[in-house]
Amino acid sequence: MIIGLGHYLSVAAILFTLGVLGIFLNRKNVIVILMSIELILLAVNVNLVAFSSFLGDIVGQVYALLVLTVAAAEAAIGLAILVAYYRNRGSIAVEDINLMKG
Amino acid sequence: MIINAIFFYLFAAVCVASAVMVITSKNPVHSVLFLILAFVNAAGLFVLLGAEFLAMILIVVYVGAVAVLFLFVVMMLDVDFVELRQGFLNYLPVGALVGAVLLAELLLVVGVWVIGPSVAATAPIPPPGDINNTQALGLVLYTRYVYYFQTSGIILLVAMVGAIVLTLQHKANVRRQVIADQVARTRSSAIDIVQVKSGQGLS
Repeated sequence: MIIGLGHYLSVAAILFTLGVLGIFLNRKNVIVILMSIELILLAVNVNLVAFSSFLGDIVGQVYALLVLTVAAAEAAIGLAILVAYYRNRGSIAVEDINLMKG
Repeated sequence: MIINAIFFYLFAAVCVASAVMVITSKNPVHSVLFLILAFVNAAGLFVLLGAEFLAMILIVVYVGAVAVLFLFVVMMLDVDFVELRQGFLNYLPVGALVGAVLLAELLLVVGVWVIGPSVAATAPIPPPGDINNTQALGLVLYTRYVYYFQTSGIILLVAMVGAIVLTLQHKANVRRQVIADQVARTRSSAIDIVQVKSGQGLS
């Protein structure tokens, strides 16, 4: 029973799909949407590390490290926006975010 | 090799199951805790792939910082999460449809790919036992990819400044330390020399 690259890619594909599905299901809750984005980025990282390991090339892990950095920055900024928004409006429902009439 | 497969299926199954719980759980606190579980199991997958440094970073950065940040925000905001779950089942059919199509496409891609014959590693992983993963990563990260490393540092700095600017608030009637005022004090404005005659005191 050899665990190949396809196994890891399948796990990453399932995680990615669950992240997208989470955005669809929790249309009103920004916090769960942010967590779904984290899941998507985790799936991307699993892909990068799996290819890096099976191709014998360490650059994939360097890139995964950069993805981790950007994901952490994104989570911090997203949650800061959430806190600032909650202070102004008293709600975090997505359909209330219509001040800019977009 | 069999133990490798057992651990792969264990980590993968728990990771996928906790990802399902992240997006379906009623309470966002439970969602965050399941997100932590998913990250820990993904770190296990990274260890199986031989990327120990990234596994450690995933646990330290994500479980230690990002997930706790999520937990802090969920607990700090007093939001009625039951109301936010209204319409969960309304979105389920279209979400499930899109998810099924996406998963089918991704798995079809996984099924048929081959690595091109001319692909060569740009920075080969050194043989295990030679140097460890952390050292190998450092040898390329601090030399060939040092600009990317510096750029990620700048990204983190900008994110930190942005988060502070977004959340810092000044209240009107709170006395704060104003360092400029303290530095600008001179001897003439701060002290007053009074010649007191003996036996009279200050009036």
